[in-house]
Amino acid sequence: MTTSPFPILIIVVPLISAFLVPVIGWWRKGLCYPLVIGALSLSVFSSIFILRMVMGQGTIHYYLGNWAPPWGIEYVIDHLNAFVAIIVSVISLIIAIGSKRNVEQELPEKIVYFYCLFLLHVTGLLGIVVTGDMFNLYVFLEIASLAGYALIAIGEDGAPFASFNYMIYGTIGACFYLLSVGYLYVVTGSLNMGDLSQILPDLYHSKVVLMAFAFFIVGVGLKMALFPLHVWLPDAYTYAPSAVTALVAPLMTKVGAYVMIRIVFTVFKPYFSLELIPATAILSWVAIVAILFGCILALGQTDLKRMLAYVLIAEVGYITLGVGLANRAGLTGAILHILNDALMMAGLFLVVGAIVYKGGLRNIHQLRWLHRKMPITMAAFTVTALSVIGIPPTCGFFSKWYLVLGAINANRWLFAAILLISSLLNAILFFRVIENVYFEPARYAHNGGIHEETSRDEAPLSMLIPILVVAAGILSLGILSGEIVSNIIRFAVPGDL
Amino acid sequence: MEVVPSIRPLLAIAVSALAAFLILLTGERRRNMRELWTILASLTKFSIVASMIPTLLAGKVIECTIISLSPGIALQFRVDAFGIFFATLASVLWIATSIYSIGYMRGLKAHAQTRYFFCFAFALNGALGVAFAGNLLTLFIFYEILTIATFPLVAHKETPEAIRGGRKYLAYLLTGAALVFFSMGLTYHLTGTLDFVGGGFLRGHGSNSILRLLFATFILGFGTKAALMPIHEWLPTAMVAPTPVSALLHAVAVVKAGVFCVLRVVLYVFGPQLLSDLNLWLILAYFAAFTVIVSGMLALAQDNLKRRLAFSTINNLAIIIMGAALLSPSAITGGIFHIAGHGFMKITLFFVAGAISVKTHKENVSELDGIGRMMPLTMGSFAIGAMGIAGTPPLVGFISKWYLCLGSLEAKEIVFLFVLLTSALLDIAYFFPIIYRSFFNRPKEQGNSGFNEASMLMVIPLTVCAIISIILGIAPDAFFHFFQVATLAAKSILGIG
Repeated sequence: MTTSPFPILIIVVPLISAFLVPVIGWWRKGLCYPLVIGALSLSVFSSIFILRMVMGQGTIHYYLGNWAPPWGIEYVIDHLNAFVAIIVSVISLIIAIGSKRNVEQELPEKIVYFYCLFLLHVTGLLGIVVTGDMFNLYVFLEIASLAGYALIAIGEDGAPFASFNYMIYGTIGACFYLLSVGYLYVVTGSLNMGDLSQILPDLYHSKVVLMAFAFFIVGVGLKMALFPLHVWLPDAYTYAPSAVTALVAPLMTKVGAYVMIRIVFTVFKPYFSLELIPATAILSWVAIVAILFGCILALGQTDLKRMLAYVLIAEVGYITLGVGLANRAGLTGAILHILNDALMMAGLFLVVGAIVYKGGLRNIHQLRWLHRKMPITMAAFTVTALSVIGIPPTCGFFSKWYLVLGAINANRWLFAAILLISSLLNAILFFRVIENVYFEPARYAHNGGIHEETSRDEAPLSMLIPILVVAAGILSLGILSGEIVSNIIRFAVPGDL
Repeated sequence: MEVVPSIRPLLAIAVSALAAFLILLTGERRRNMRELWTILASLTKFSIVASMIPTLLAGKVIECTIISLSPGIALQFRVDAFGIFFATLASVLWIATSIYSIGYMRGLKAHAQTRYFFCFAFALNGALGVAFAGNLLTLFIFYEILTIATFPLVAHKETPEAIRGGRKYLAYLLTGAALVFFSMGLTYHLTGTLDFVGGGFLRGHGSNSILRLLFATFILGFGTKAALMPIHEWLPTAMVAPTPVSALLHAVAVVKAGVFCVLRVVLYVFGPQLLSDLNLWLILAYFAAFTVIVSGMLALAQDNLKRRLAFSTINNLAIIIMGAALLSPSAITGGIFHIAGHGFMKITLFFVAGAISVKTHKENVSELDGIGRMMPLTMGSFAIGAMGIAGTPPLVGFISKWYLCLGSLEAKEIVFLFVLLTSALLDIAYFFPIIYRSFFNRPKEQGNSGFNEASMLMVIPLTVCAIISIILGIAPDAFFHFFQVATLAAKSILGIG
């Protein structure tokens, strides 16, 4: 067992910076942004360092305040959370850079508070990822959520209401989670995940444990917007400021998915949810409905941001399906999709941010000429869209490949079929947008004489570079997915699957 | 079989991807420079491909493994006789089409030419990738690149009709791709590998009913691109694309890639032995024979010249598949050889249709009275191509039909001999009226009936293609060793010598 201080650094740096931001912002507003970038960069470095350590020497344990578990809080980092921690820290850094102009434009008065909440939210997410303690996880979950409610509430008209709605749902979710932590504590006397997974197998037939498991799933399902607990999501993500949606959409749901994987496969043994109760089977059916529901409802949206919110619900379905299939290929797909979907959503919402920044409208029928106005941004959008559809060699294809393989391995042909149908639905969704962006049938319309030449008006470099980095990541991580799977995810999937 | 490791397959593929980006950077302002990239890339591509032929003829195989994509599957190029055959054809005809495209697009003063040349180069990248792919996953990646890159070309005109054509194209091909995706997953589930093996690798895996299902999904999946009836509908609709697109992509690269993939599946995944065990070859052959006859009859009814050519293409593609399905040495050789033979002849015909439409804006067969006097070189080439497709000696079409007929006798299935002969008669029935009208009828409108050919940039490629189809008829091994390579491929599939 190795003990190392790095797990705590990953959280402490953004947490302390979050409190420094208002202080420094009170003195010099312009210094907030460099501080945020600095803090997040440190998180990125330490998470990369941690991943290298985990890959080199296996799981890392860190005892908070040197109190040995199960009494003290323990941070445990294995391949799974090292992987997710990198995703969270890198994506939040990219978003912080890419959304700077959006923040300045949309929230000129509130920059300081925005960055404070931004860092708190990221701290919460990173905390959820690194902790090995059930109650500590709850604390971070609430830090992330509360920051999230506040961030969303500063958006456009309708945002306070959407945020209030989200808060109610989110709080119910948190209650369910806390209740189940309480139940487990009552029967086991422990809050440490590793400890729980040792004690629990003897209690698997206890009704309390069953109840706790059910509450976990509902609580986490609410946080990750798993159908039918997704109701809060479309409004909240549509009305939130561009920068907030770009931060919350890729990460919050993915971290929720991570918690689900942790609980289903680490805290409880796969045997429990696979054979003892049909939990994974139920999850996979729910996931299938989520995928179809998300895609079909997205078809009805004309607001690009809202459409993407529904796509996100479907994407959460993919990850849950991988969990529900509960075999090696399926879970590999789910974990890989956490990465891929975080990238894709970050890319898409950054592009939406850029469109909004340049005064564009979000209605998908009003995107015409955009390929002339912002050719590079739209090229990146196209690459990302192809990835959501699942066209190789983008990364979205590869997670779908593992999911389809998992469905076939589990003899669930229907699931494989639904996955493919959802690809086709996504194709309709995104090609509809792409068509509007690139083609100009208006020229042939009868009164098309008004030749409104649009001059080039590309997004500023500070937006363009993050967008391009994400697009390049989508392409290269697709090709590299084999390496990611064989070096990281292979170890993150429990051995007894 | 000796394996030669070499990076040449990757270079041959990458050269047009590189050219695509150079085209994009150069743009419309420096269009001569932009066209230079296309020409340079096509010449380089051909020379790289041609440099591999001698190694192949020596009975060796060229291999290039890039990276592992998934356990047991690598991004791998493996150039065998069949692959080099298709690659040579596609790269030779790309040279001709590049020159022709310049004449055509400038002649019509078309818009968005940069996008056009960009996508064209990218499509070729996909076609060569399909040719060189060493396993199904690599093949699928490039198959999808080809599909997506062709979409903007089909919808190029951006008229409502063109956009509908593009949508239909995508709907058919992406659905087909989804079926292929499923089949690929199932194949991997059954065998744990996706590497092509001459003679197939599925034998002995899975029950007969599963294998039958797999065969059906594979053929339906790849069959969309190969325009097998009844999933051919997109091809006539896609004729709204600019003519060079129809010529290269809808006579050679895209549809032939479909046929190529069908043949890969039939001969390198399932293999002759398994197909005759399951009696699937006969079903496929009847399926193809149905397409041959019906598409021949439908061609008779078309007045639009390009639509008539489209149905003729469907007819010939089915002939190739029928040849492969018969599984006898001569039939496979003839079928593979017909890929090249038909390529040269059909591209000539499409070039002619384009030349006519640029020069006279006529697109219907009924308007072609007397056009042979005005454009003797063009219509002369048309006559050569048409007669070749009907199987008149000494044109290249005769050689492939001769071997196909021999093959159906070898397979002891006399029905298919009659199918081939009937189809030859149908070819005559739908092509000869065009030749008759253009040379022997008097033009309806008077005046301006003197010699008036289209731009030399268009006339030279089409006459060269016509001449090559004569030369290949007399010496099938001239220039490119097509016949020798086809025989080599057939032998390796059937395991002879």
